[in-house]
Amino acid sequence: MSYLITIIPSLMSGLKTTLGVFFLTIIGSVPLGILVSLGMKSPYFTIRWLINGYIWIMRGTPLLLQLIFIYYGLGMMGITFPRFESAIIAFIINYAAYLAEIFRGGLQSVPRGQYDAAKVLGFSKIQTFFKIVLPQVIKIVVPSFGNEVINLVKDTSLVYVIGLGDILRAGNIAASRDVTLTPYLLVGVMYLIMTAIVTLLLRRSETVLNTWR
Amino acid sequence: MLEIKNLTKQYNENVIFKSLNLTVNDGEVLSVVGPSGIGKTTLIKIMAGLETANDGEIILNGNPINTNGESSDVNIGMIFQDFNLFPNYTVIENITLAPVNVSKQPKSEAIKQAKELLDSLGMLEKADLYPYQLSGGQKQRAAIARALAMNPQILAYDEPTSGLDEASTHQVTEVVKALKERGVTQVIITHDQPFAEAVSDRMFDFATEVQR
Ligand SMILES: Nc1ncnc2c1ncn2[C@@H]1O[C@H](COP(=O)(O)OP(=O)(O)OP(=O)(O)O)[C@@H](O)[C@H]1O
Ligand SMILES: [Mg+2]
Repeated sequence: MSYLITIIPSLMSGLKTTLGVFFLTIIGSVPLGILVSLGMKSPYFTIRWLINGYIWIMRGTPLLLQLIFIYYGLGMMGITFPRFESAIIAFIINYAAYLAEIFRGGLQSVPRGQYDAAKVLGFSKIQTFFKIVLPQVIKIVVPSFGNEVINLVKDTSLVYVIGLGDILRAGNIAASRDVTLTPYLLVGVMYLIMTAIVTLLLRRSETVLNTWR
Repeated sequence: MLEIKNLTKQYNENVIFKSLNLTVNDGEVLSVVGPSGIGKTTLIKIMAGLETANDGEIILNGNPINTNGESSDVNIGMIFQDFNLFPNYTVIENITLAPVNVSKQPKSEAIKQAKELLDSLGMLEKADLYPYQLSGGQKQRAAIARALAMNPQILAYDEPTSGLDEASTHQVTEVVKALKERGVTQVIITHDQPFAEAVSDRMFDFATEVQR
């Protein structure tokens, strides 16, 4: 017990990094993902082509590699970001690509008739999007969005590769210093708590969204 | 008065109608009939600003309306074949959404007006239900109330009785008649001969009156 108390401060500071990566990624990748999904429907071939290329690269290569590339690779080309910023950039552009695919599916499932009805009633394109289309998209995407959020909780541990002190790294250091597996167990429990909270919030929002069909 | 002059519509090389002429008088109930695929829905979609016309014009009370499919004229309301109610809003919210957000009516006033409309359509007790909780006939009346809330001069219906049972068809008949009493001009696409005879002042037959 007293051993646990000695390692908790370092795990807590690791947790701060983990949560920082987690929340900043969500805040950045959701709007970017929406923009990208709208861009996929752009009338301009070039925009669609660029977006498809971006999504292909983001989904076709490991996030770990993207992280390494942005921190070390760009660094060698003279474009340097601090570790934390590199991690945030890599996570946001990676997750935005996955989310864009999810949002695109959601957008496609809103029937054409909804746009027609809105137009005949005089709604502007922006009103139509925010008041009529987006709520329907949100309802459709919540389950798959939730899976991505849970993946993100675990993916944050990848930042160790560029030397960021997240919770897993804190556990790692304590485990090898004190020659015990206890810190790993504690780290596992903390991930479980985080994913449990996310799962709970998702259930809640699904219940709220089920008031209409 | 709605005047459709020399209206031509084609999808690529496929001519749907050519030089269509049709006048709808104020307060009139006009049925539009004709076989499937002949262009009835296309015509009211152009009227409602949802489709582009290739040629010709549509004039409402002396003012030409936009037929390039870019914007809709709120003076023309439309009841869709499958209603297209907004599933994420209750019946009353479906009705007040456009008056509040488009016409910038105060919310309390919009709600009052919506309740009057629902009451006149026998739908008041359904005000707080979501569309999925309504029967076909109730959805139809909710869609009519939603369109009426914008005070259109003309209401166009796409097959309002298709998929409705006899009782609901009767209710729609009563609604059309009541709106006629209030002076609303109505254009009704229908395959339902008895319904057309019961409600309309005049019929427009695509098969005989339209060039292709
Ligand atoms: N977006 C489109 N692109 C190409 N052709 C179309 C399009 N929409 C409709 N058409 C064609 O236009 C013709 C008229 O269609 P429309 O829906 O107006 O028929 P309708 O008279 O309403 O038929 P119904 O009674 O079956 O509803 C049809 O042959 C249809 O295939
Ligand atoms: Mg039709």
